[in-house]
Formats: sequence, structure tokens, C-alpha cells
Amino acid sequence: MTTWLIRRLIQALFVVLAMSVIVFIGVHVIGNPVDILISPEADQAERARIIASLGLDQPLWKQYVLFVDDALRGDLGRSFVFNEPALRLIAQRMPATLELAVTAVLMSMLFGIPLGLYAGLYPDGVVARTIMAGSILGFSLPTFWVGLMLIMVFAVQLGWLPSTGRGATAELFGIQWSFLTLDGLRHLLLPALNLSLFNISLVLRLVRAGVRETLPMDFVKFARAKGLAPARVIFVHVLKNIMIPVVTVVGLELGSTIAFAVVTESVFAWPGMGKLIIDSINVLDRPVIVAYLMMIVLLFVTINLVVDLLYTLLDPRVRLEAKG
Amino acid sequence: MSSADTAPKLPLPLREGVGGRGPVREETPFRRFVSEFAASHIAVAGLIIFVLIGVAAIFASLIAPQNPYDLAQLDIMDGRLPPGSASSTGYTYLLGTDDQGRDMLSGILYGLRISLGVGVGSALIACVVGTSLGLFAAYIGGRTDAAIMRLVDLQLSFPSILVALMILAVLGKGVMNVVLALVIVEWAYYTRTVRASALVERRREYIEAAECLALPRRRIIFRHLLPNCLPPLIVIATQQVARAIALEATLSFLGLGVPITEPSLGLLIANGYQYMLSGKYWISFYPGIALLVTIVSINLVGDQLRDVLNPRLKR
Amino acid sequence: MTATLEVRNLRTHFFTRAGVVKAVDDVSFSIAGGQVLGLVGESGSGKSVTGFSVMGLVDPPGHVVEGAILYQGRDITRLSERDMRALRGNRIAMIFQDPMMTLNPVLRIDTQMIEAVQAHAKVSRAQARSRARDALGQVGIPSPDERLAAYPHQFSGGMRQRVAIAIALLHHPDLLIADEPTTALDVTIQAQILSEVQKLAVTYGTALIWITHDLSVIAGLADEIAVMYAGRIVETGSAARVLDTPLHPYTQGLIGSVPSRNRRGEKLRQIPGMTPSLLRLPPGCAFRTRCPHADAACEQEPEPSQPVPGQTTRCFHPLIAVSA
Ligand SMILES: Nc1ncnc2c1ncn2[C@@H]1O[C@H](COP(=O)(O)OP(=O)(O)OP(=O)(O)O)[C@@H](O)[C@H]1O
Ligand code: SF4
Ligand SMILES: [Mg+2]
Repeated sequence: MTTWLIRRLIQALFVVLAMSVIVFIGVHVIGNPVDILISPEADQAERARIIASLGLDQPLWKQYVLFVDDALRGDLGRSFVFNEPALRLIAQRMPATLELAVTAVLMSMLFGIPLGLYAGLYPDGVVARTIMAGSILGFSLPTFWVGLMLIMVFAVQLGWLPSTGRGATAELFGIQWSFLTLDGLRHLLLPALNLSLFNISLVLRLVRAGVRETLPMDFVKFARAKGLAPARVIFVHVLKNIMIPVVTVVGLELGSTIAFAVVTESVFAWPGMGKLIIDSINVLDRPVIVAYLMMIVLLFVTINLVVDLLYTLLDPRVRLEAKG
Repeated sequence: MSSADTAPKLPLPLREGVGGRGPVREETPFRRFVSEFAASHIAVAGLIIFVLIGVAAIFASLIAPQNPYDLAQLDIMDGRLPPGSASSTGYTYLLGTDDQGRDMLSGILYGLRISLGVGVGSALIACVVGTSLGLFAAYIGGRTDAAIMRLVDLQLSFPSILVALMILAVLGKGVMNVVLALVIVEWAYYTRTVRASALVERRREYIEAAECLALPRRRIIFRHLLPNCLPPLIVIATQQVARAIALEATLSFLGLGVPITEPSLGLLIANGYQYMLSGKYWISFYPGIALLVTIVSINLVGDQLRDVLNPRLKR
Repeated sequence: MTATLEVRNLRTHFFTRAGVVKAVDDVSFSIAGGQVLGLVGESGSGKSVTGFSVMGLVDPPGHVVEGAILYQGRDITRLSERDMRALRGNRIAMIFQDPMMTLNPVLRIDTQMIEAVQAHAKVSRAQARSRARDALGQVGIPSPDERLAAYPHQFSGGMRQRVAIAIALLHHPDLLIADEPTTALDVTIQAQILSEVQKLAVTYGTALIWITHDLSVIAGLADEIAVMYAGRIVETGSAARVLDTPLHPYTQGLIGSVPSRNRRGEKLRQIPGMTPSLLRLPPGCAFRTRCPHADAACEQEPEPSQPVPGQTTRCFHPLIAVSA
């Protein structure tokens, strides 16, 4: 288990390194680093000073070493717009995004599993067919479009739910959270639903396919032959088998959910890092862009690692192999 | 143990096939393909709608009642009129007007042209690039193959929106930049698909025979390997066109995509967004419907293509 | 004395897209407590479906279309699902064909055994666990305490089948249906398991239906033998009679194909031809196309007859003359 973990950590490190090279090349080679890293308002003397201090007169490989060195010390530059360290800006916005993404992922299981279970148990019914048709829409409709429709129906026409912002927040572990207040929850509902629609479709299809595949298995019949109640057969014997792929997929999707939060945050004016990055791109606040990209890569790698770990914990066969 | 070993075998959410077709009279493969495709009325409807949309987009300048980008034809006094209003020149705005007094119907037709152009264009370029790489990887094998596939894996492990965001953040707005971003997002899907089916084909006897005859590589790859990769390629390409259109709309909606001078459907929707909360829904809503119908019609066609072409793959 | 189980004119059909599969078609037999009935027949002859019908576990598109299954005189085809569940795994138990598939791969052995105990006995978890441990010991699993905490994949095929047997015998059932439980195992373990199960069955007074396609497996142990062909029982009688003086040509063919019964130097006599598809059975006797004694009369449907007391067959030309 330990060697396995170390190996995975080294792999993860390589991916982060590779991505840092790509981001570095993107910013320093394709774009003009002077334009990117120095505020357009700086005068000539200021420019020269910064070019020297950033080491832009050094050879490329040295610049990269410098970039990594700074990054390791948590210095990814200062935002031109906010005049704050880019990393701190992102860290401030991160809880809102994580809150949104995690809620969306939880919602995807909350809706996806029962719907998929139903569609798998009664595959020929009208309801199941409707669910499956709906899931095709969930896959193919652009998130922002669905978000607009949600706002149009629930905020504008019906006036049930607010359409912008986080609402009231409360503090927990020194961070502000929306889900702790009723108003915050009301604000969270539409964006989270919007963000989860794709994942709901994904989960429900996975669960349905899993149910269809597991139900005819001998061990399900044997469980019934033991005289177990149908609920126990379905929720323990069938569902536990399906949960392994579902949890893996949902966990892996957390990364792309955070990425796609960019869209939902823009539609619902949710003050997370997604909205920050879009605003930053629009005003060319490039230190923030670089910091965001590096943070996202790190986040991705971490999530992949955690999912792998979780997966080994869930599936006894993998767990034992990993032990060696 | 690598993570690839632990990856679960996920059941693909495929639709049940259309099993139980008996042998029919003599048929060319193409005829059979057409009749199998036509078995689903909803897919045929999707195809018809998509063709209509395509025609409308191509001939937008002939069909549209107004050239929405000819400022001389716009009247700011006609701004934000609801659907069905009469213009100052006596003509009816069927779908209303936007804040510039632009006829929405005309705007949508022109917007469709850009959306479809970007979507189909980028999918085609990605298809050519990705297919070439996939064939190349499968044919050469060894280190080249491994390197290309590593790149594919890395590319696919990042969500499309993020990759597109990165590229546009570096390159800035512009139609060509969006196309480039979409190509970079999409090529890997083609490469993976083509490589997989090309590898299967490669082991067949006729390829070995062709190699023994010392036919030129290029000929083996393009005359023998490629045609056999076509069925999955067609399926992927259809899906990717829909995805490209959706992604372009999303990027443009976020203000990172096409410039304001060449508004696609996504940008039209974004422009109307601010007026939606005040009840002037049509500026966003109708372009949104156009986008929805386009994407859904392509997906209907794609789903049926997958069902029809997939069993043949397994044979 | 009423039999533990009496099956009367059972018909179980599968209504598939390709047509109706008459997997079990007019099957009758009975078995008393402490007895062993061998149910023999080629692959696809409907043995498993007969077993599942008794368990009430025939899944769509199949169901019991006709006949009665009398357990201690009560027709259990008419029981509600709830009442049937109370019998399943409790009074009537079944062991399946493939030991690799009967245990749920993601649940520990103790979970799967404790739930089986608690399905029919109001006992605490600890009590259920100790009963499970005793049961494992009884079927010859060494250090049952440790093995309880293991997962199925940590057991060999033979050990898994012992676990399945232990589960089936947990409540000392009145009837145990063993569906070729040893076919997938190697020969020495086959014999061991068979004699152990028979011993336990005798201890608890359990009626045992042992399904197999191999006559030699049960030749020494069965009291009664029923031979199945294409969904029908073509011959029944005491084991000694059926084996020594078979009446039905098919039974004779089966006996001829058992290696040990062949004299040295003599060729193994295989039954010529193939098992007919149940979808397209020829009218009349289903064995007609392979039977050496077939004639025009066999184009009619043979009804069960009793040419010798205590031995029934479905054949127009029973082999009395030949064997006498
Ligand atoms: N779910 C089903 N749908 C359709 N036909 C079925 C189904 N289950 C069983 N059958 C048919 O019923 C017939 C009898 O099957 P059964 O499993 O009882 O055979 P068996 O005698 O147990 O054979 P084996 O020795 O291979 O286990 C077979 O022809 C099979 O095709
Ligand atoms: S009825 Fe005729 S065909 Fe059938 S087993 Fe008897 S002799 Fe053979
Ligand atoms: Mg069987």
C-alpha cells in the first residue's frame, strides 16, 4: 500500500511538472511575457526594473527554474486589477467554488442514483423511457443555456428562487459558507442544480447500466434464494456493486465540475474562482490567470489521487492487490 | 501497479441495439446502412431538421429579411421590440429586435452561420489532424505510438472547457482562435478512436499481405487502414460537431469566443442576457432555441448512427 | 405420509422475442424427507429451471404457467411473495451451479452469512455470527473465525461452494436443491462435497434434490432418479432400477456414455445427434431424431406409462424386452 501510494505521488508530481512547463511555455513563449507579467500602466524605468527582477533577460531554462522557485514559495505574481497576490485572490474565491461543485456532485448522486435505479429496475416503462430521454438532453445541452432557462423559469417567471450571488453566509473554520444559512441555501439551489445536470445524466446512466448488468447475476439470485427482502437485495447486494464505478466516476467528475463551474458562476454571478478567472481573462489580468491554471492542475491531480485511494478502499479486490 | 490497472471497467451507457434483423434481399452495404438508419423516425426527423438548419445558415443572406450587420438597415428606435412588432419601415419583426434594433430572426440566421461554420469547421480540422495521428500511431507503433497516446491521455484528463479557456486566455478572442482552441480540445478523441480500430485492422491478414507486397506505407495507411476506421470515425465526428457547437456557444457566451462583430448564437444569447431579468426574454430565448434545436438534431442523428454502425464494428 | 415436495404437471415457459421456450413442460416428481433424488439430464434440458421454479425464482420473461408445487401438501405456487420469502433459504434452500458467481464479490462472508441467519431468525448479530461460524466449521472450513472476515475472492472454488452450502444449510431446511454444485470443481473435491452434503442432509432429515448431467456422480448416493430431456421427465424410478434396467432409450444412452460402465476395450457410446432447440421441438417424442428405436408411432406424443411397477417412462417402446 505504501509503495503504491509513493508511486502514485511521484506520478502526480510529474503531471504537475509537465503542466507547469506547458503553462510556462504558454505564458512566456507564445505570449509576450513583458506584456503578460507587467501592468500596462508601468513606465519605462519600472518596466526595465521589473524585467530584471523577474529575470526576463535570463535564458529560458533559468527563467523556468525561477518560475518554479517562485511558485514553490507560493508567489505567482500580483493581480494588476486588485493589486493583491494572485494566489491569495484565488484562495479567497475557492470556498465558494468548492461549495458549489461539491453540492452539485452530491446532487448528482442524490438524483442520479434513484433515477438510474428506477430506470434499471423497470426499463420498459414510460417513466424509465422519459428518464433516459431526459438524460440525453442533460448530456447535450450547454450548461449556460440550461442555466438561463432555470433563471427564466424559477427566478423571473415564478419568482421562487434568487438568481444571483451567494446570499447570506455563515462562518465555519474561518471561511464563509452559503449552505449554513437558509438564504444561502436558496441561492445555492439553482446554480448547483444547473451544474449537476450533466453529472445527474451521467450517474443515472451508469446506475441503470449497472443495475441491468447486475440483476441477472447469480449472486443476486442467491441473495434472493436466502430469503432476503427485496430492499436488502437491491440496496445492499446490487447497489454496493454498482457504487464502485459510480463513486469513481463521480469523484473523477469533481475536477471537471470545478472547471465547468466557470460557466455556472458566470450565469448566476456566483463569486467563485470561475467568475474570477473569466473576469481576469476579460481584463487581461494574467498573473491571476496563471495562478488559476496552476491551482486547477494541482486540484485535479489531488482529486485523481484521492479517487484512486477511495476506489481501493471500496473494492476489496483492488485493495488486496494493492497490499501486494 | 499503475492507475490504469485499477481503472474500473465502466459499462457504456449504450442504447440497446436493434437486434433481430433477418437477412434481406441483395443489398449494397450503403443501402442497408440507409434503411437501418431510416428505421428510427426520430433520427430521420433530426436529419431533416439539421439539413434545413444548414441550408438556412448557408443562405442566410438571401433568406434573412435584414442584414443585421449593415448599420444603415438598423434603426435604434426599433430597439428591444417584442416579437410581432412592426418596424418603422412597416415590416414585421417576427422574433422581436435586440437592443440595437436588429431583427432577431436575421441575427439568428447569421449567427447560425457562424456557429455552424465554427463547429463543423473545427470538427473537420480536428478530424483530419486526429485521424492522421491515430493512423500514424497505430501503424508505426513502438515509442511514437506510446508518446502520442500519452499526449492523448493527458489531453483527455483535462476537461474541454478548461483547455479551451487556457488557449483563449493566451491567444485572445477571435474566430480563428476559437477554431484553434476547439481543434486542440477535440483532436484527441479522433486519435484514440482511430488508433483503437486501426490496431484491430492492422492484425488482419490483408494488411500483412499488403505489407508483403511492399506497397508504399502511405497507400497501406490510407487505402487499407483508413476505410476500416470510418464507421467509428463517422460516429465520433457527428458527436464532436455537436460538442464543438455547444462549446463555442459557451465560450462566446463567456465573452472569450467570437468577437462582437461576428456574433454567433452564444454571443447573441449573452447580449440578451442582461435584459432577461426585466422580462425581455426574446433577445436571449430565440437564439437559445435555435442553438438547442441544432444540437439536439445533430445528437439524434449521432445516436442512430452509433446504433447502426456499432454492431458492424463488432463483426 | 405426505412427501416433503411433490411437483405435479409443472410447466415453466420463457416468453422470449424469438418465441416461447418451454424449458419445463409437464414435469412431475416427488421426494420424501431424508431421501436423495437425482435429477439427471443434458445441458439445457431444464434442470435448473425446475429448481428455480420450486424456489419461486423464475425471472421474466419466464414464469410458471401451469401445475402445482406441493411443499408438505401446500401448493407454494399460490403463496404470496412474502410467504414464499419466509420459506426461501429457510425451509427450502438451493445451492447454485457456479461457486465463483454465487457469493457477492463486494460483501464479506460474515455479512452474507449473518444476513441469511437474520432473514429467518430473530437473533442478535453476535448470535447470528456464531451460528455462521459453526456452520462454516460443519462444512469443513478450517479456522472459520478468521475466514468469516474474508471476501469471496480469497477462497478457492471448492471453499466458496462450501460457504454456499453452509449458507443453504443454516436453517436446516426440509428441502435442499443442489444444482450441479460440484460440476465446476475437480473430481476429488466433487466426491468429498457430495458425501458431506448427503451426510448433513441425513442428519437434518433434509430431502435432497441433486441436479447433475453426470449419472456417475449420483449413482451410489441417490435413492430415486429422474431423467430429464427437453423439458420433460422421460423416466423415473428407484436408482437401482433406472441404472440397471433403464426403460427409456435416452436413459440407456446416458448410461452407455458413462466411462466406468463400459467394459474395457469397448468404445465409449455417445448418444448421436444434438440436443434439439427448445424453440423448434419436433412434434411427438422429442428424442425421436436421435433414438435408435424411433418409428412412426413416435410422431405422437408419448404419455407417461408404468410398464414395470415403481418405474415410469415416456416412451412408446420401452426397453423391457431388451433388458429382460
Ligand atoms: N431467462 C431465460 N430466457 C429464455 N430461455 C431460458 C432462460 N433461462 C433458461 N432458459 C432456457 O431454458 C432451457 C433450460 O435451461 P436450464 O438452465 O434449466 O438447463 P439445465 O438443464 O440446467 O442445463 P445446464 O446443465 O447447462 O445447467 C434452456 O434451453 C434455456 O435456453
Ligand atoms: S417414444 Fe419413440 S422416439 Fe421416443 S424414446 Fe421412445 S422409442 Fe425413442
Ligand atoms: Mg443448470
